[in-house]
This record gives sequence, C-alpha cells and structure tokens, in this order.
Amino acid sequence: MTDHTAVAAELDAESADWLRALAGTGPQREEALARLHGLLLRIALGEVARRGPRLRLTGPELDDLAYQAAADALVAITSKLGQFRGESRFTTWAYKFVIFEVSAKIGRHFWRHPSVRLDAEGWERLPDQFGFDPAQEAEWRDLLAALHRAVDQELTVRQRRVFVAIVLNNVPLDALVIELASSRNAIYKTLFDARRKLRAALAANGYIGDDGGRCS
Amino acid sequence: MNGWSALDRFLRTDPRDVGCAQAMEMLHIYAELAAAGAPVEERYPGVAAHLRACGPCAEDFEGLLAAVRGKAH
Repeated sequence: MTDHTAVAAELDAESADWLRALAGTGPQREEALARLHGLLLRIALGEVARRGPRLRLTGPELDDLAYQAAADALVAITSKLGQFRGESRFTTWAYKFVIFEVSAKIGRHFWRHPSVRLDAEGWERLPDQFGFDPAQEAEWRDLLAALHRAVDQELTVRQRRVFVAIVLNNVPLDALVIELASSRNAIYKTLFDARRKLRAALAANGYIGDDGGRCS
Repeated sequence: MNGWSALDRFLRTDPRDVGCAQAMEMLHIYAELAAAGAPVEERYPGVAAHLRACGPCAEDFEGLLAAVRGKAH
C-alpha cells in the first residue's frame, strides 16, 4: 500500500517506439511482434538455464518450457499494452511477464513428476528442514513438539494444509498454487498468518522471542 | 546457522511486507531501479521486506534483475 506510489511517467523514446509499433497494424506490427518474441525467448532461455540446476528438468524440457513461456508472455503483453504506464522501460515491463510465465510453468511441471503426496505429513523431516543437529536432540525435542502441537491446535485447516505442504513436504509454493487452484498471493498470505500464529504460540510458552507482524 | 535461528527466521513476519500481489505489480519498477543502483530498499521498504521473506518472488526478482542487467551490458 504505502509502496504503491509510482505514477505514470513520460515514455522514453525506445518504449514509445515499441508501443507505437505494437499498437499499429501491418508489417510494422508483425516485425515488432517477431522482435519482441525473440527478446522474450532469449530471456526465457536464460532464466530456465539460471534455475535449471535446482530443477528436475533436462535440456529439452527446459527449452520447451522456455518456448512456451515466451509465447504465452507475448500473448499476455499484447493484450495488456494499455496497462503499461511508462514507470520503467517497456522491455523491463515485458520481461516481467516472461519471468512470471517461467515460474508458473515450473510450478505446473512439478506435478508431472511429484515426489510427495499432499496428504503425507513428513514431521520426521522437520529437524533436518531447519538444520537441527541430531546429536543435540535433547535441546530441541521439546521445541519441535511444541511447534507440532501449535500446528495442530492453532492453525485453521487451510493454514495447516499449506504449512504441511510447503514446510514439511517441500512442495514449491507455485506448485501448491496449481494444486489448490489458488494464487501466489493467497497461499503466501495463508502461510504468513500461520507463521505469525505459530510464533505467538511458541512465544506464549517461552520457547521463542515474541515479535511478529502482519501482511496485507 | 543452527536450527533455532533458522526456525526463528522462518516464523518472523515483517509488518511492512506488502504480499505477493503488490510486489509482483511493482517488480519491473523495483528491478530497474535496483539495476541502476538506486536505494530501492529505502524507497520501497514493503517490497523489500516481502522479497526477503518470499522465495518465489525473490526468485522472480533475481531473474528480472539478471534480464535487465543483461540488456544493459
């Protein structure tokens, strides 16, 4: 809310050229579309290569994903040209669409070869998730038992489901968005509220320092 | 980092956090300013707080920043 203060600005010459060409007709528009697609594809290929080492995707799958992301981004951009307000260069605004498309497609791809079941609860993995040393279990056993109780007693059904999927089962947030037919914002907000509740519960019982906040 | 501090960091929430929707809406502005070396964390503290806490949005920001910087080079 308070951050949302950018206002429409005068376009730089390059951005104005892009808008003029893409809003036009005939060969000039076709040339601009082809040029923009080329840029988007280059960004998409770079982005999947950047993320690739952390994904279970191979070369051809990464390339397919990049081509799909560039094509879908081009459609989204041309349908939303009127929303570009000149707050950045046109190309930066356009690149955002293809980055978001790459993220969404990676989230969708997760369920093609899922390594977890959403109804499974990997509580035994929790110490490892946060890096607790097994040799010092006597020091953290009570804390994690209290966390487990708080998850069971303090969270709503939906908050618990999101916590279990993301924290215990390592489901990527964007993949959970697909599975729950939700949005990144809604899932993040659900987890944000769960984190705040869990901290308050642990603080009330003296396990952790007390502070917190709220997310819009 | 030990387990206590990792858990503490995960549970800590920042009241300035604007959430994904607003961060995504502002991301092109934020990334372009960041690429230019502007003090974006001071100018947009709510977006900065969000990017510190949200892995997917932070990943998108890194990707967009790389794209913008690639274009500039």
